[in-house]
Amino acid sequence: MSDTPTVLEIDCTTGVQTERPMTADEIAAQKAQADAFAAQQAAQAEADAAKAAAAASAADKLAKLGLTPEEIAALKG
Amino acid sequence: MSVFLQPLQTVTVGSGGASTVTFTSIPQTYTDLVVMVSARTNRATYALDELVMTFNGNSSSVYSQTNLDGNGSSAVSGRITSTTQFTTTFATADGAATSNTFSNSTQYIPNYTSSNYKQIISDATIESNVSSFGYAINTLRAGLFSSTAPITSISWTGIGGQLDQYSKFSLYGVLRQGI
Repeated sequence: MSDTPTVLEIDCTTGVQTERPMTADEIAAQKAQADAFAAQQAAQAEADAAKAAAAASAADKLAKLGLTPEEIAALKG
Repeated sequence: MSVFLQPLQTVTVGSGGASTVTFTSIPQTYTDLVVMVSARTNRATYALDELVMTFNGNSSSVYSQTNLDGNGSSAVSGRITSTTQFTTTFATADGAATSNTFSNSTQYIPNYTSSNYKQIISDATIESNVSSFGYAINTLRAGLFSSTAPITSISWTGIGGQLDQYSKFSLYGVLRQGI
Protein backbone atom coordinates (compact mmCIF):
# COMPACT_ATOMS: atom_id res chain seq x y z
CA MET A 1 0.00 0.00 0.00
CA SER A 2 1.17 3.51 -0.79
CA ASP A 3 1.46 5.96 2.09
CA THR A 4 0.23 8.77 -0.12
CA PRO A 5 -3.57 8.85 -0.42
CA THR A 6 -4.56 8.45 -4.03
CA VAL A 7 -7.64 8.97 -6.13
CA LEU A 8 -8.47 6.58 -8.94
CA GLU A 9 -10.59 8.48 -11.46
CA ILE A 10 -12.46 7.01 -14.40
CA ASP A 11 -13.86 9.29 -17.06
CA CYS A 12 -17.07 7.56 -18.14
CA THR A 13 -17.14 9.38 -21.45
CA THR A 14 -13.59 8.65 -22.61
CA GLY A 15 -12.82 5.56 -20.52
CA VAL A 16 -9.54 7.11 -19.43
CA GLN A 17 -8.38 6.03 -15.95
CA THR A 18 -6.15 8.36 -13.97
CA GLU A 19 -4.47 7.71 -10.64
CA ARG A 20 -3.25 10.81 -8.84
CA PRO A 21 -2.29 11.93 -5.33
CA MET A 22 -5.05 13.52 -3.30
CA THR A 23 -5.00 17.28 -3.11
CA ALA A 24 -4.77 19.00 0.28
CA ASP A 25 -8.46 19.89 0.02
CA GLU A 26 -9.38 16.27 -0.70
CA ILE A 27 -7.31 15.03 2.23
CA ALA A 28 -9.06 17.54 4.47
CA ALA A 29 -12.44 16.46 3.13
CA GLN A 30 -11.60 12.80 3.73
CA LYS A 31 -10.58 13.56 7.31
CA ALA A 32 -13.82 15.48 7.79
CA GLN A 33 -15.76 12.47 6.49
CA ALA A 34 -13.96 10.16 8.91
CA ASP A 35 -14.53 12.58 11.78
CA ALA A 36 -18.21 12.91 10.91
CA PHE A 37 -18.58 9.15 10.79
CA ALA A 38 -16.82 8.75 14.15
CA ALA A 39 -19.13 11.37 15.65
CA GLN A 40 -22.17 9.53 14.28
CA GLN A 41 -20.92 6.27 15.76
CA ALA A 42 -20.26 7.89 19.13
CA ALA A 43 -23.70 9.48 19.19
CA GLN A 44 -25.32 6.15 18.29
CA ALA A 45 -23.33 4.33 20.99
CA GLU A 46 -24.35 6.95 23.54
CA ALA A 47 -28.01 6.65 22.54
CA ASP A 48 -27.84 2.85 22.71
CA ALA A 49 -26.23 2.98 26.15
CA ALA A 50 -28.85 5.41 27.42
CA LYS A 51 -31.63 3.17 26.09
CA ALA A 52 -30.10 0.09 27.71
CA ALA A 53 -29.70 1.92 31.02
CA ALA A 54 -33.32 3.07 30.89
CA ALA A 55 -34.48 -0.48 30.15
CA ALA A 56 -32.45 -1.88 33.04
CA SER A 57 -33.80 0.79 35.37
CA ALA A 58 -37.37 0.06 34.28
CA ALA A 59 -36.88 -3.67 34.80
CA ASP A 60 -35.47 -3.03 38.25
CA LYS A 61 -38.44 -0.89 39.23
CA LEU A 62 -40.88 -3.48 37.91
CA ALA A 63 -39.11 -6.17 39.93
CA LYS A 64 -39.46 -4.06 43.06
CA LEU A 65 -43.18 -3.82 42.35
CA GLY A 66 -43.32 -7.59 42.51
CA LEU A 67 -43.23 -8.64 38.86
CA THR A 68 -41.38 -11.86 38.12
CA PRO A 69 -38.55 -11.95 35.54
CA GLU A 70 -40.89 -13.86 33.21
CA GLU A 71 -43.54 -11.16 33.51
CA ILE A 72 -40.96 -8.42 32.86
CA ALA A 73 -39.70 -10.29 29.83
CA ALA A 74 -43.27 -10.62 28.56
CA LEU A 75 -43.75 -6.87 28.88
CA LYS A 76 -40.67 -6.27 26.75
CA GLY A 77 -42.31 -8.28 23.99
CA MET B 1 -42.00 -1.42 -20.52
CA SER B 2 -38.59 -2.49 -21.67
CA VAL B 3 -35.45 -2.05 -19.64
CA PHE B 4 -31.97 -1.75 -21.05
CA LEU B 5 -28.87 -2.12 -18.89
CA GLN B 6 -25.73 -0.63 -20.39
CA PRO B 7 -22.31 -1.32 -18.84
CA LEU B 8 -20.55 2.07 -18.68
CA GLN B 9 -17.24 1.54 -16.91
CA THR B 10 -15.51 -0.91 -14.61
CA VAL B 11 -12.43 -0.17 -12.55
CA THR B 12 -10.27 -2.48 -10.48
CA VAL B 13 -7.97 -1.01 -7.85
CA GLY B 14 -4.30 -1.68 -8.58
CA SER B 15 -1.48 -2.95 -6.40
CA GLY B 16 -0.90 0.39 -4.70
CA GLY B 17 -4.44 0.59 -3.36
CA ALA B 18 -6.53 3.74 -3.56
CA SER B 19 -8.17 6.00 -1.01
CA THR B 20 -10.96 7.03 -3.33
CA VAL B 21 -12.50 5.73 -6.53
CA THR B 22 -14.39 8.25 -8.65
CA PHE B 23 -16.48 7.92 -11.78
CA THR B 24 -16.54 11.27 -13.59
CA SER B 25 -18.34 12.60 -16.68
CA ILE B 26 -21.24 10.19 -16.20
CA PRO B 27 -23.44 10.30 -19.33
CA GLN B 28 -26.77 12.00 -18.75
CA THR B 29 -28.64 9.84 -21.25
CA TYR B 30 -30.01 7.12 -18.96
CA THR B 31 -32.88 7.10 -16.50
CA ASP B 32 -31.17 5.35 -13.56
CA LEU B 33 -27.72 4.21 -12.48
CA VAL B 34 -26.62 0.91 -10.95
CA VAL B 35 -23.25 0.29 -9.32
CA MET B 36 -21.88 -3.12 -8.38
CA VAL B 37 -19.14 -2.99 -5.77
CA SER B 38 -16.74 -5.65 -4.54
CA ALA B 39 -14.54 -4.05 -1.90
CA ARG B 40 -12.02 -4.61 0.83
CA THR B 41 -9.91 -2.07 2.73
CA ASN B 42 -6.68 -2.20 4.73
CA ARG B 43 -8.35 -1.03 7.95
CA ALA B 44 -6.52 -2.55 10.90
CA THR B 45 -8.01 -4.47 13.86
CA TYR B 46 -11.53 -4.88 12.47
CA ALA B 47 -13.21 -7.26 10.03
CA LEU B 48 -15.23 -4.54 8.38
CA ASP B 49 -15.03 -0.97 7.23
CA GLU B 50 -17.59 1.52 5.95
CA LEU B 51 -17.65 2.81 2.41
CA VAL B 52 -18.96 6.33 2.06
CA MET B 53 -20.35 7.74 -1.14
CA THR B 54 -20.50 11.34 -2.34
CA PHE B 55 -21.94 12.87 -5.50
CA ASN B 56 -20.53 15.69 -7.62
CA GLY B 57 -17.73 16.22 -5.09
CA ASN B 58 -20.36 17.60 -2.70
CA SER B 59 -19.31 17.14 0.95
CA SER B 60 -21.89 19.52 2.37
CA SER B 61 -24.52 18.36 4.86
CA VAL B 62 -26.96 17.29 2.14
CA TYR B 63 -27.13 13.56 2.81
CA SER B 64 -29.47 11.55 5.02
CA GLN B 65 -30.12 7.85 5.36
CA THR B 66 -31.97 5.05 7.12
CA ASN B 67 -30.12 1.81 7.87
CA LEU B 68 -31.16 -1.74 8.60
CA ASP B 69 -28.18 -3.98 9.39
CA GLY B 70 -28.24 -7.60 10.59
CA ASN B 71 -25.61 -10.18 11.51
CA GLY B 72 -27.70 -13.30 11.94
CA SER B 73 -28.31 -12.88 15.66
CA SER B 74 -29.37 -9.27 16.01
CA ALA B 75 -30.55 -6.39 13.88
CA VAL B 76 -29.86 -2.69 14.17
CA SER B 77 -31.79 0.13 12.61
CA GLY B 78 -30.61 3.73 12.57
CA ARG B 79 -31.31 7.12 11.07
CA ILE B 80 -28.72 9.75 10.14
CA THR B 81 -29.66 13.21 8.88
CA SER B 82 -27.81 16.24 7.53
CA THR B 83 -24.54 14.48 7.14
CA THR B 84 -21.68 14.97 4.68
CA GLN B 85 -21.81 11.60 2.94
CA PHE B 86 -23.95 8.55 2.31
CA THR B 87 -22.52 5.60 4.22
CA THR B 88 -23.37 2.97 1.67
CA THR B 89 -22.28 -0.25 3.13
CA PHE B 90 -19.66 -2.28 4.87
CA ALA B 91 -16.45 -3.34 3.20
CA THR B 92 -14.45 -6.31 4.32
CA ALA B 93 -11.31 -5.17 6.17
CA ASP B 94 -7.82 -6.62 6.52
CA GLY B 95 -7.71 -6.30 10.31
CA ALA B 96 -9.70 -9.44 11.09
CA ALA B 97 -11.60 -10.71 8.08
CA THR B 98 -10.73 -13.93 6.30
CA SER B 99 -8.05 -13.40 3.68
CA ASN B 100 -9.14 -12.84 0.10
CA THR B 101 -12.77 -12.15 0.95
CA PHE B 102 -14.50 -9.06 -0.39
CA SER B 103 -17.83 -7.44 0.35
CA ASN B 104 -20.55 -7.35 -2.30
CA SER B 105 -22.98 -4.51 -2.70
CA THR B 106 -25.32 -2.90 -5.19
CA GLN B 107 -26.32 0.73 -5.23
CA TYR B 108 -29.31 1.86 -7.28
CA ILE B 109 -29.80 5.55 -8.07
CA PRO B 110 -33.08 6.28 -9.85
CA ASN B 111 -33.64 9.49 -11.81
CA TYR B 112 -30.07 10.69 -11.37
CA THR B 113 -30.46 13.50 -13.92
CA SER B 114 -33.55 14.90 -12.23
CA SER B 115 -33.74 18.39 -10.76
CA ASN B 116 -35.40 16.85 -7.71
CA TYR B 117 -33.52 15.36 -4.76
CA LYS B 118 -31.99 11.94 -5.48
CA GLN B 119 -32.64 8.63 -3.77
CA ILE B 120 -30.07 5.90 -3.24
CA ILE B 121 -30.87 2.29 -2.41
CA SER B 122 -27.96 0.16 -1.24
CA ASP B 123 -27.83 -3.47 -0.21
CA ALA B 124 -24.70 -5.33 0.77
CA THR B 125 -23.17 -8.26 2.50
CA ILE B 126 -19.77 -9.08 3.91
CA GLU B 127 -18.63 -12.60 4.74
CA SER B 128 -15.84 -12.40 7.29
CA ASN B 129 -15.99 -15.99 8.54
CA VAL B 130 -14.89 -14.64 11.91
CA SER B 131 -17.24 -15.59 14.74
CA SER B 132 -16.50 -12.55 16.88
CA PHE B 133 -17.83 -10.36 14.09
CA GLY B 134 -20.97 -12.37 13.53
CA TYR B 135 -19.62 -14.16 10.43
CA ALA B 136 -21.72 -12.25 7.92
CA ILE B 137 -23.47 -8.92 7.95
CA ASN B 138 -26.24 -7.83 5.65
CA THR B 139 -27.19 -4.22 5.17
CA LEU B 140 -30.11 -2.47 3.53
CA ARG B 141 -29.81 1.29 3.39
CA ALA B 142 -31.93 4.05 1.91
CA GLY B 143 -30.38 7.43 1.27
CA LEU B 144 -31.32 10.89 0.08
CA PHE B 145 -29.00 13.33 -1.70
CA SER B 146 -30.68 16.69 -1.13
CA SER B 147 -29.39 18.40 -4.22
CA THR B 148 -31.18 19.47 -7.38
CA ALA B 149 -28.02 19.10 -9.49
CA PRO B 150 -27.87 16.13 -11.86
CA ILE B 151 -25.37 13.51 -10.76
CA THR B 152 -22.28 13.69 -12.97
CA SER B 153 -19.72 12.05 -10.68
CA ILE B 154 -19.74 9.48 -7.88
CA SER B 155 -16.96 8.78 -5.37
CA TRP B 156 -16.38 6.01 -2.82
CA THR B 157 -13.97 6.22 0.08
CA GLY B 158 -13.12 3.76 2.84
CA ILE B 159 -13.56 5.41 6.22
CA GLY B 160 -11.03 3.31 8.09
CA GLY B 161 -8.52 2.48 5.39
CA GLN B 162 -7.51 2.50 1.76
CA LEU B 163 -9.26 0.31 -0.77
CA ASP B 164 -7.28 -2.86 -1.35
CA GLN B 165 -6.03 -4.18 -4.65
CA TYR B 166 -8.75 -6.02 -6.61
CA SER B 167 -11.57 -3.93 -5.17
CA LYS B 168 -13.88 -3.47 -8.14
CA PHE B 169 -16.52 -0.91 -9.09
CA SER B 170 -18.81 -1.36 -12.10
CA LEU B 171 -21.20 1.35 -13.28
CA TYR B 172 -24.26 0.65 -15.43
CA GLY B 173 -26.82 2.93 -17.01
CA VAL B 174 -30.47 1.86 -16.93
CA LEU B 175 -32.67 2.96 -19.78
CA ARG B 176 -36.39 2.60 -19.20
CA GLN B 177 -38.40 2.88 -22.36
CA GLY B 178 -42.07 2.96 -23.16
CA ILE B 179 -43.19 4.27 -19.79
